Amino acid sequence: MANFTPLSAAIGGALIGLAAALLMLSTGRIAGISGIVGGLIGWNVPDRDWRIAFIVGLILVPISGSLVGYAVADPQMPASWAVTVIAGLLVGFGTRLGGGCTSGHGICGVARLSPRSLTATAVFMVVAIIVVALTRHVLGG
Amino acid sequence: MLMLAGLICGFVFGWGLLISGMMQPAKVLAFLDIFGAWDPSLLVVMAAALAVGSAGYAIARPRTPLFAARNLWPEKATIDAPLVIGAALFGVGWGLTGLCPGPAIENLATLSPRLIVFVAAMISGMALHHLWQRRREAAQQAILAANADG
Repeated sequence: MANFTPLSAAIGGALIGLAAALLMLSTGRIAGISGIVGGLIGWNVPDRDWRIAFIVGLILVPISGSLVGYAVADPQMPASWAVTVIAGLLVGFGTRLGGGCTSGHGICGVARLSPRSLTATAVFMVVAIIVVALTRHVLGG
Repeated sequence: MLMLAGLICGFVFGWGLLISGMMQPAKVLAFLDIFGAWDPSLLVVMAAALAVGSAGYAIARPRTPLFAARNLWPEKATIDAPLVIGAALFGVGWGLTGLCPGPAIENLATLSPRLIVFVAAMISGMALHHLWQRRREAAQQAILAANADG
């Protein structure tokens, strides 16, 4: 557990919870990123403006972070382009089919003790843990 | 006002991801790697987010939101196959990369080419689901119409 960073994790987590609470108090919406992004797909989408504004707010963070001396490292990505594309497709299709991701189900839904979100969160956590175990320890990636 | 609220909430949410280290896929994978050098940080992130989020929702529940007519709580309650299959597919993609939609979108600011390809694939996956669902709904309506005729 050499890389465990409980303090920054708790502060960051509290901010994520605060953002979810503020979005409900101000707009009455659930802060689920896959829903916010996926809701922009199609013709005549309802409430397009606040969705785009939320995404802009998200993308402004690393830019403002670098301005105040909070360095943002490039994300470490898989070595293979094929894995990158397949994983992206799975994350996009899966979150829309399942109606949420780590934020919508994992935080907003679990905070409401929604049985659907508790189920989804358990499923994607266990599946992801198995995938990492297979790729890192069985296949020796 | 709805837009301003969206912008501020996205910004606060993004700072949460940045400070907690969850923007970095390697740190997320270290949490998922329970048989390796396990990093439980993501668990603390979730616990803190749930503590603040559920308190906030308790305040929000009886109120009308500031800039909207009412709170749009999800109404679906049944645990069905799409929920479980969708969560499993997402879990595979998450486990392969350590990326979920929030950090993926936020990382666009780094202009990392591989990350941009991931987000393009993710949005394509969402669009595929949108098309697939529309076709399915059209097929169901055709069946209903045929039954009504017969």
